[in-house]
Amino acid sequence: MKLELRGITKRFGALTANDHIDLVVQPGEIHCLLGENGAGKSTLMNVLYGLYRADEGEILLDDQVQKFEGPGDAMNAGIGMVHQHFMLIPVFTVAENVMLGNENTKAGGVLDLEAARTKVREISARFGFDIDPDAKIEDLPVGVQQRVEIIKALSRDAKVLVFDEPTAVLTPQETDELMDIMRQLKDEGTAIVFITHKLREVREVADRITVIRLGKVVGEAEPSATNAELASLMVGRAVSLTVDKADAAPGDDALVVSELTVTDHVGQVLVDNVSFTLKRGEILCVAGVQGNGQTELTEAIMGLQHRVLGSIVLDGTELVGQSTRGVLDSGVGFVPEDRTEDGLVGEFTIAENLMLDRYTSEPFVKAGTLQLDALARFAAEKVTEFDVRAQGIATKVGRLSGGNQQKVVLARELSRELRLFIAAQPTRGLDVGSIEFVHKRIVATRDAGVPVIVVSTELDEVTALADRIAVMYRGRIIGIVPGDTPRDVLGLMMAGETPSEVAA
Amino acid sequence: MTSTDQTTAGAAAAPETPAPPRQNQILKEIFGGSAMISFLAIILALIFGGLLIVLTDPVVQQTSAYFFSRPGDTFVAIAEAVGGAYAALFRGSVFNYLRADEFGAAIRPLTESLTNATPLIAAGLGVALAFRVGLFNIGGRGQILIAAAAAGYVGAYVPMPPVIHLIVALVVGLIGGALWGGLVGLLKARTGAHEVIVTIMLNYIAFYLISFLLRTPGALQAPGQSNPRSGPMLETAVFPKIAGEEYNLNIGFILVIVATIYVWYLLNRSAMGFQFRAVGENPHAARVAGINVERTYITVMVIAGALVGLAGVQQALGNFTGGIAAGLDAGIGFDAITVALLGRSKPIGVFFAGILFGALKAGAVTMQAAEGIPVDIVLVVQSFIVLFIAAPPLVRALFRLPTPDPLFHWRKPQLARKAEVTK
Repeated sequence: MKLELRGITKRFGALTANDHIDLVVQPGEIHCLLGENGAGKSTLMNVLYGLYRADEGEILLDDQVQKFEGPGDAMNAGIGMVHQHFMLIPVFTVAENVMLGNENTKAGGVLDLEAARTKVREISARFGFDIDPDAKIEDLPVGVQQRVEIIKALSRDAKVLVFDEPTAVLTPQETDELMDIMRQLKDEGTAIVFITHKLREVREVADRITVIRLGKVVGEAEPSATNAELASLMVGRAVSLTVDKADAAPGDDALVVSELTVTDHVGQVLVDNVSFTLKRGEILCVAGVQGNGQTELTEAIMGLQHRVLGSIVLDGTELVGQSTRGVLDSGVGFVPEDRTEDGLVGEFTIAENLMLDRYTSEPFVKAGTLQLDALARFAAEKVTEFDVRAQGIATKVGRLSGGNQQKVVLARELSRELRLFIAAQPTRGLDVGSIEFVHKRIVATRDAGVPVIVVSTELDEVTALADRIAVMYRGRIIGIVPGDTPRDVLGLMMAGETPSEVAA
Repeated sequence: MTSTDQTTAGAAAAPETPAPPRQNQILKEIFGGSAMISFLAIILALIFGGLLIVLTDPVVQQTSAYFFSRPGDTFVAIAEAVGGAYAALFRGSVFNYLRADEFGAAIRPLTESLTNATPLIAAGLGVALAFRVGLFNIGGRGQILIAAAAAGYVGAYVPMPPVIHLIVALVVGLIGGALWGGLVGLLKARTGAHEVIVTIMLNYIAFYLISFLLRTPGALQAPGQSNPRSGPMLETAVFPKIAGEEYNLNIGFILVIVATIYVWYLLNRSAMGFQFRAVGENPHAARVAGINVERTYITVMVIAGALVGLAGVQQALGNFTGGIAAGLDAGIGFDAITVALLGRSKPIGVFFAGILFGALKAGAVTMQAAEGIPVDIVLVVQSFIVLFIAAPPLVRALFRLPTPDPLFHWRKPQLARKAEVTK
């Protein structure tokens, strides 16, 4: 089925999220929608999926104008969507999830589960998936859950399939497999819209590329275009994709983590006997697929985990057993991976967020009273220094874009005297321009002689920043390798294998 | 599966980190409405109250029987019913213009309104403060009773020199409320118990505890009495009148003004209040920033309990000086929730909302006496105010107000939120 969007315009108050966007996707074509966060990709897809009503413009399927009142209409018309956050019910089985919203019933209103199972088996066989229709979603790995989403869309005869940032949660291997699935779907004649901001993936599978910036189509590109060309199209200016950094000049050991084990409240081991040493002026990247204990490792250092064994010694001070306040006061700066949830208070102003973890002493507090003048001066200075784009320091942080929010977190954490800096997923969801900025600041922190830990699931980021790389798998450190280790070796390590050259 | 979910799930199971439940988000939207909504809600409630007055007025009913022959009569009757009712309400709560010749008598209703408002404001501040930290304090009744009993015991049975007696009774009362409130914070912090359940249950415990003490000779019951009532407050412990002996207005109102300023300072200018607000807006970020969320819950409930306790002290030493009884709460504990709601959980807002509710209470009596309109109409108006504040979209639709910025959803868009639930 051919999908055509004509002059789609969607406004939210004064803001135009989509401005006369035209897009044509032919059957048997993978069309990449490339753009920074906040460029309007998701809005456009929500219009297509019937979640938003466009203010202007029309959606055509095989040259027929469509009117979608809701996702139900879009699905019936043959549009399927694989969301970034899976829309699956964890305690239901695969078959139950696939039939959800489209339940067939036998006489007396009894669910016809057998039909759903057959459908799952049939589609699985077609693509060579090995999926048990009776497996519970919560027992399946993330990559398989995504396949269930694909099956769900295909079970409703989707002829146009939208993948919204599908690779964010996958290992490099799983990503490659997903690419294969997409190619197979394309060969069957499905029209595919692939939304992403990862340039490497785009160049790998796309037949055509449309770049969106600030709600407008700014250009089309061929898959043969270079990364730099695509990036500059996306951002609207030339960007440097590599991080300029001199070789590390590591000093003495600063942080010594030994035999660290973290368990959760039911006794499940989240971090398993981890030991490593970090020197001053060195960046250690902790790589690994999301959910392999990296989060818990950083939280354990920050005093945010409650069941911690082993020791974490920073400059001779034991951190295990200290409160988060104590750890912060020891000179640890922390950028949490979920900045909206753990790093910022959305209803607070930029200025208030800049003192969020400095509420105990001068210059911001004297005799229990906030020093608003000192805070205002400090905030104005930091907003300029970190290039936070906002109307003023009284703007609520919840109204800033992801990149500007992250700059606020960085400004706060980097303006203290640091003896250790931990940044978890520092560029997740950021646009190319902001990524560049964040990376520069991290390298500058290292060059100032601070030991740095960067946790990232993005291999590009890991290889760009790391002096050394620790790969985590199921709570253990599989190995610590030099920063220039090839991607495929890292990929294998992320999947739990210990390549021979590493083991040696 | 992101780590956020893991932390949230872990928090729900582990007692160390009681995360606020999702319904608190909805409450927050209700409590955080704009001043405009509050004002329009009052207007709407008065209109609907007027409608009820019209429907129940006997003259309107009579005239409407011959509406089609002489419609004018009906309209006159309607105007008289509503106009008369609200005029009486005004006379009873602000200024009695029928006695304008004698200023002292004409102004009496206003002092009555302020007297009524005193405990409402104090308790409203307690509810509002807890709410700014994300806690829904429904325990006003229990905190009032315990504070009143503590202050009442000292006031009635422990003779002391003047001034000192008053201060000791006041402080003991505040400590009573603080302990009863702090208990809620402690239970929440240590066990993860939901504060709504805990406060409701503590209300019952307080009520029956006080009832028991009031029936126990040697405890609170007045010696040689068989009624469940304490002895009268000693002269030295009674709140002094501040506007002359002929008015009921007492020093409690001054204390409430001080309390309002204190809460304003606490929330907006103090380091402690900064932590309070951070925990209330985003406990996760507060925890990562080194704030001890559990200790904050305890601290805020101690202060909130003391504020609500001030209402109890006012009842014991100001309004029921003849002796306290188990009914002295008089619904203030729950009205305080409405006052905090109308005041949008801001100290200044609570202050004026308390005065409005105090005025409605005072005026209702005059309305009944002068126009024969049941006091319940005022309760209905109060209830309508709550209803309209709780449904801002309804008010916006009725007044054709624009909806707030749709792009501003800090707590993740609806779709992502749903996805999180299913993950």
